[in-house]
Amino acid sequence: MGDITLEIDGKSVEAKKGTTVLEAARNANIFIPTLCHNDMLEPYGGCRLCTVEVESRGRKKLVASCLYPVEPDLIVRTRTQEVDKVRKLILEFLLAHAPDSVRMNELAAEYGADKDRFGKEASFCILCGLCVRYCAEVKKLNVIGFVDQGAKREINFIPELAAQHCWDCKECFPLCPTSYLQAAFHLTHTIAFPSLPLEKAS
Amino acid sequence: MQRINSAAELDARRKEILSGKDPDRPAIAVCSGAGCAGLSNGRVIAAFEKELDAQGLAEKVELRATGCHGLCELGPNVVIYPEEIYYVHVKPEDAAEIVKETIAGKKVVDRLVYTDPESGEKAVHLDEIPFYKYQNRNLIGNNTRINPSSIDDYIGIGGYAALSKALFEMQPEAVLDEVKKANLRGRGGGGFPAGLKWETTRNAPDKEKYVIVNGHEGEPGAFMDRAVFTGNPHLVLEGLIIGAWAIGAHRGFIYTRHDSKLLKKNIDLALEQARQCGLLGENILGSGFDFDVDVHYDVGIFVSGESSALMRSIEGRNPEPRPKYIRTSVSGIWDKPSNLNNVETWANVPQIIEKGADWYTGTGTERSKGTKMISLSGNIVNSGVVEVPFGTTLRQIVFDIGGGIPGGKKLKALHFGGAMGGSIPESLIDTPLDFDALKKAGAPMGAGALMVMDEDTDMVEMARFFLTFLTNESCGKCVPCREGIRQLLKILADLCEGKGKKGDIETMEEIADVMSAASLCSLGKTATDPLRGTLKYFREEYEANIQ
Repeated sequence: MGDITLEIDGKSVEAKKGTTVLEAARNANIFIPTLCHNDMLEPYGGCRLCTVEVESRGRKKLVASCLYPVEPDLIVRTRTQEVDKVRKLILEFLLAHAPDSVRMNELAAEYGADKDRFGKEASFCILCGLCVRYCAEVKKLNVIGFVDQGAKREINFIPELAAQHCWDCKECFPLCPTSYLQAAFHLTHTIAFPSLPLEKAS
Repeated sequence: MQRINSAAELDARRKEILSGKDPDRPAIAVCSGAGCAGLSNGRVIAAFEKELDAQGLAEKVELRATGCHGLCELGPNVVIYPEEIYYVHVKPEDAAEIVKETIAGKKVVDRLVYTDPESGEKAVHLDEIPFYKYQNRNLIGNNTRINPSSIDDYIGIGGYAALSKALFEMQPEAVLDEVKKANLRGRGGGGFPAGLKWETTRNAPDKEKYVIVNGHEGEPGAFMDRAVFTGNPHLVLEGLIIGAWAIGAHRGFIYTRHDSKLLKKNIDLALEQARQCGLLGENILGSGFDFDVDVHYDVGIFVSGESSALMRSIEGRNPEPRPKYIRTSVSGIWDKPSNLNNVETWANVPQIIEKGADWYTGTGTERSKGTKMISLSGNIVNSGVVEVPFGTTLRQIVFDIGGGIPGGKKLKALHFGGAMGGSIPESLIDTPLDFDALKKAGAPMGAGALMVMDEDTDMVEMARFFLTFLTNESCGKCVPCREGIRQLLKILADLCEGKGKKGDIETMEEIADVMSAASLCSLGKTATDPLRGTLKYFREEYEANIQ
């Protein structure tokens, strides 16, 4: 199956050179949670929920498993106290933005994350970039993109392009972990093209 | 400008330049560093031009707009050669008197010389001023002596001799060994041995390799790289070409600030002159080695100085950091091995090759060799660019060179490394300037921005200031950094208003832990360093704001 043997949670796992720890784990039916990962897209490393501990030549560190390449004799631990601490806080951060996300609430229960820990700033978008990257990498259209930087970063449709392409596509909608995207599109549509019938967009 | 085709021709060119120069010919060096530019140095230069004309001396005196002299606090600075008389706070209306008295009459204009604010003692020459006296200005010292837009000036002071030596007397492996032996450590912040990095890129299997100058210098309070790059661009370029030879790269990139016109102009001019002289491009100095450089300008965001973000920016993409699980020295720009060093690191290379690793390692501490440029600012008498040997204590930098704290105030803390650096209390002022000692003390040197804070500084407010900077200057891609800073700032805002809650400090510590452990790039990993440092040494200031 592969040319590299590594160990994940005590289990010996084989993987191909050049693949990631996340892929190796999934092939071995070991679950690592993700929010920004999708097999159709290039690994992104944005949500950091897939953080795991790796040990290589006696040195331990936390890495994003969706990006970290497999190496011979690597030891991977997907649930340690440190890993769980990272995942819990990431979920708490994101639940402040999207408190009703079903997927994140399920994960919150697993990691003991308190969705009310941080004050609500319900922007609904967690900036996982799945829609942005799907549109760029798979559709090659770049209709939706990130604007601004740091804490001000957000996603935006480019209205002119959206009017051309989105009505017949909308393939990014089901990728959204918070269902925010659909609302954002309708909103953009309503504001940018008030004269066009809404039914056509839905 | 005639092309130079061999080592012998370079020597001949140098002799010719020097024979045309009368060492006793007077010269007026007006500082055109960023600080002096802000103090209307252009009007000072224009006034000198006019006066030299009016007094019939234009042909006999060289007037040069130079790079930063160092003592920004007292600008505009003017140095008169050959005596190296130093005038401070020079105004356009002083030009007539300087030309008449000092240039023509060989007399010192007493009212313009440096006066020690405490003792009232005067210092006439550059090397007698306490600010300069205790420095070791290997890199920046030539700034006053050359015109940055003249390659002949650089060749005249021995420029490109190290390149000639590397190309004709040393194999690339020998150059690499010399840099390794010198233990040149990266001046951009990491302190990683440059020689090892070069070797990784050299040994990477891909044949196409790149070398890069990181001249972004986004660290708040850092202004030494632009001082040497603007004032002596050929020094950095020579270091880069030598590095390219050692690594086996034929293409290089300079990534630097978009917002400094003079820097841009001087770099462009230096590259053009180097190409005309056969020091850049095909068959450099007739050696058969080809190498050329592209210049890229940053896109006005702090994180674009992070090495992987910088490389993406050069590729023409968003300057978002990418994880370095495979090092950029193996897979960088367009996935090719790319060796990146900052301006000051490259500037160190020519002297190592010219004078040798044994000479170089004679200066510094056991594990930090050579000199370090420091941007000194904050509550300090003499703000400016300082260059001292490693091992100099912070006390010497702050008091002997910096002149201490103004207004009779007490020193409270020293902060190194800008927004991702650390603060240490006054009690640690005898720590030597050393990569490892400062890191251990809690103030990793970063690129070398030293901010001095007096007793009135609110450390909580300071931590908040740096995180506010980072929330605007990070890319926003990864959750721990983007959301962590967001939540930290909310807590810090409450604390600054005295409205902190029990548990706030512990929450901040938890967030800081997760950010350091799980952020994508070094910005997020070290964003909380100022917070951690102040929590370690000034915790009571946080506690005082909790209800």
